[in-house]
Amino acid sequence: MIAALLRRDLAQFFPFTASGAALPVIFFIAVAMLYPFAVGPDAGLLARTGGGVLWIAALLAAVLPLDKLVARDIALGVFDQLRLRGVSEEAMMAVRLLAHWLSFGPPLMLATFPAAALLKLDGPAFDLLILGLAAGTPGLAAIGLIIAALTASLRAGAALSGLLLIPLALPILIFGAGALARQDAASLGFVGAISLLLVALAPFAAGAAIRAVREG
Amino acid sequence: MQASRDHAPLLAAEGLACRRGARLLFRGLSFRLEGGAACHVTGANGAGKTTLLRTLAGLASPFAGSVTRAGAAGLLAERSGLDPELPLAAALAFWFALDRVEDAGAIMARLRLAALAEVPVRYLSTGQHKRAALARLLGQRAPIWLLDEPLSGLDAASRALVSELVQAHCQGGGIALIASHQPLDVPGMTSFAIEDFAPAPQEEEA
Repeated sequence: MIAALLRRDLAQFFPFTASGAALPVIFFIAVAMLYPFAVGPDAGLLARTGGGVLWIAALLAAVLPLDKLVARDIALGVFDQLRLRGVSEEAMMAVRLLAHWLSFGPPLMLATFPAAALLKLDGPAFDLLILGLAAGTPGLAAIGLIIAALTASLRAGAALSGLLLIPLALPILIFGAGALARQDAASLGFVGAISLLLVALAPFAAGAAIRAVREG
Repeated sequence: MQASRDHAPLLAAEGLACRRGARLLFRGLSFRLEGGAACHVTGANGAGKTTLLRTLAGLASPFAGSVTRAGAAGLLAERSGLDPELPLAAALAFWFALDRVEDAGAIMARLRLAALAEVPVRYLSTGQHKRAALARLLGQRAPIWLLDEPLSGLDAASRALVSELVQAHCQGGGIALIASHQPLDVPGMTSFAIEDFAPAPQEEEA
């Protein structure tokens, strides 16, 4: 049952198409390409600030796939039919969280290689960035899922998603980008801890949200 | 299609009241359907037929009263749960895999869908889409069928097919509750109008 759900979710989100994994990656690379044009080609400045810019790009890229993440399957009646087969909302959302992260976290980390090269990030700064993203993207995916479920029944849900993400993602950004600024890998422990907490919470929060829509 | 014989399916409502938003749709609705029973629910648009079916399925909570359901419920509603981009066979395959259906080909042939297997769901006509949803319902093998407007958009041949499927389902010991504007040709089918349970005007603001 769970394997079939995961297969369907991955088939929906993973393909490298505009509605799948491509949009966040293209956005992320586009920021890395444009930033040197905006601040000039000074390698020192790029290396000093590039990591923070990529963190912001990753955070905003996390908003892009949200409009289809939950609302579409509510409109299709998929969650209703799964509920009739005894699948709990929490299980549906846990599977979706995994599929969402797989289609957004690892592609973004792969895109970090060309993006870091464009911003002259190398050595320890690059290591801190890629480790930080590895620790932080599950948390961003969890926040994204909660927001997508909460705004699924709203007409302007997509516009609201961006606004809601900012305060919720702030702790991940502070510790993740902070690790780069201070060259301090210990902060990444906090990123991982926040991510774990969010991942543990997300299926319950998102599950409660889609249950409320169903009953409404 | 065959309902499990070990415990007879049962669908009963006791003093059921449902509302949409702040408006009370119906109240005091009680009925009891046992294996083999078919029941036709009539009512004008907005009278609460869909809400009743969703409540009986357990997808919505009643405002008052209780629902007793022994056996799994299958719901045929406007939203079919079929992925619009996928070819019909692939969209149905997801549900058939969940329901462990082994005779997918037979079900598709029975609903005259075999020729449409490679057509993306969004290109199906209303009637074809409805037949696809019926295929999903057959695959589920739930003893309790809740059918919301199963005949809308169907041609005469398909309407006859729906009657036939409902009859076969009930003969196999299943229950069917059908909300529809159109008459259905199922022998022994009882019926009630949901308007008979509409609240008196002064009650409506409950």
